[in-house]
Amino acid sequence: MKGIIGKKVGMTQVFDEQGNVVPVTVIQAGPCYVTQVRTSEKDGYTAVQLGYGEVKPQRITKGELGHLMRNNLPALRHLREFRVKDVDVSEGQEIKADVFNKGDMVDVIGTSKGRGFAGTIKRHNFKRQKATHGQSDRERAPGSMGQTTTPGHTYKGKRMAGHMGNARVTVQNLEVVVVDAGRNLLAVKGSVPGARDSIVIVAPAKRQPKPKKKQGK
Amino acid sequence: MKAVEAPERGHPELRPGDTVKVHARIIEGDKERVQVFQGMVIRLRGGGNEESFTVRRIASHGIGVERTYLLRSPRIDKIEVVRRAKVRRAQLYFMRDIRGKAARLKESR
Repeated sequence: MKGIIGKKVGMTQVFDEQGNVVPVTVIQAGPCYVTQVRTSEKDGYTAVQLGYGEVKPQRITKGELGHLMRNNLPALRHLREFRVKDVDVSEGQEIKADVFNKGDMVDVIGTSKGRGFAGTIKRHNFKRQKATHGQSDRERAPGSMGQTTTPGHTYKGKRMAGHMGNARVTVQNLEVVVVDAGRNLLAVKGSVPGARDSIVIVAPAKRQPKPKKKQGK
Repeated sequence: MKAVEAPERGHPELRPGDTVKVHARIIEGDKERVQVFQGMVIRLRGGGNEESFTVRRIASHGIGVERTYLLRSPRIDKIEVVRRAKVRRAQLYFMRDIRGKAARLKESR
């Protein structure tokens, strides 16, 4: 069972063995507890439910508390399921950052920062229009909505202004650079969706990384 | 929580105006050698793993050369402080505009 729930701590940079600087995101990964095991006989599929984020018992509902009490676990705020083929953990077991090793490739799932109602320039990378040559109020306008009498309507899916961010985002194939089991810290190469202190899920990479482009020198 | 990632290297404390010798490890292909760069520290910036300093020296033909090093990089072997000058600013960018005799600074202590 590989996978853990954590909290984004922030970004920094570390040095690798050759002395190169690597940009990393530090994740407070765990401690997590196995709160439930789903089996194909009982639930029709196999998965492991993990819990993270110890809180006072009065902060969660009695239903949630009862669910956790079955395995004598502390009150946990966040529960997430990880689909696995074979279950190699038991309920109540503690999962720490050392489920991952240095060099593992992982996918990180988070909730992106909310941008509110965003225009087409921010949301879809449209270009600005002219600021001069007789233009007024056109700088950030989206432009034409489509053609004329044929087809006579704006196409479905036409990119327009609207709500942006605050959505579930997965970043695939990030390399684990640092594993600190004592402090339950992971550092993955590159950036991770969401604000600091937001909840992220670290899971093994679903896809093989693309072959690395050859770099000069 | 962030301070965790930064190992101290035990270099002498640098200040702007210090004349230093930086022994940097340079990797060329599969060969490795140590290059010494001597000059004046004109800027310190950042903290933790990102702490860096800029050294300025006048190379041949009076061309000014500035190199910025990451203080905690394992590629820095050793830093020697040769001289400490008395300065009243944190960033000595004015050194870029003066040369020769005008570029002398008084030693501190």
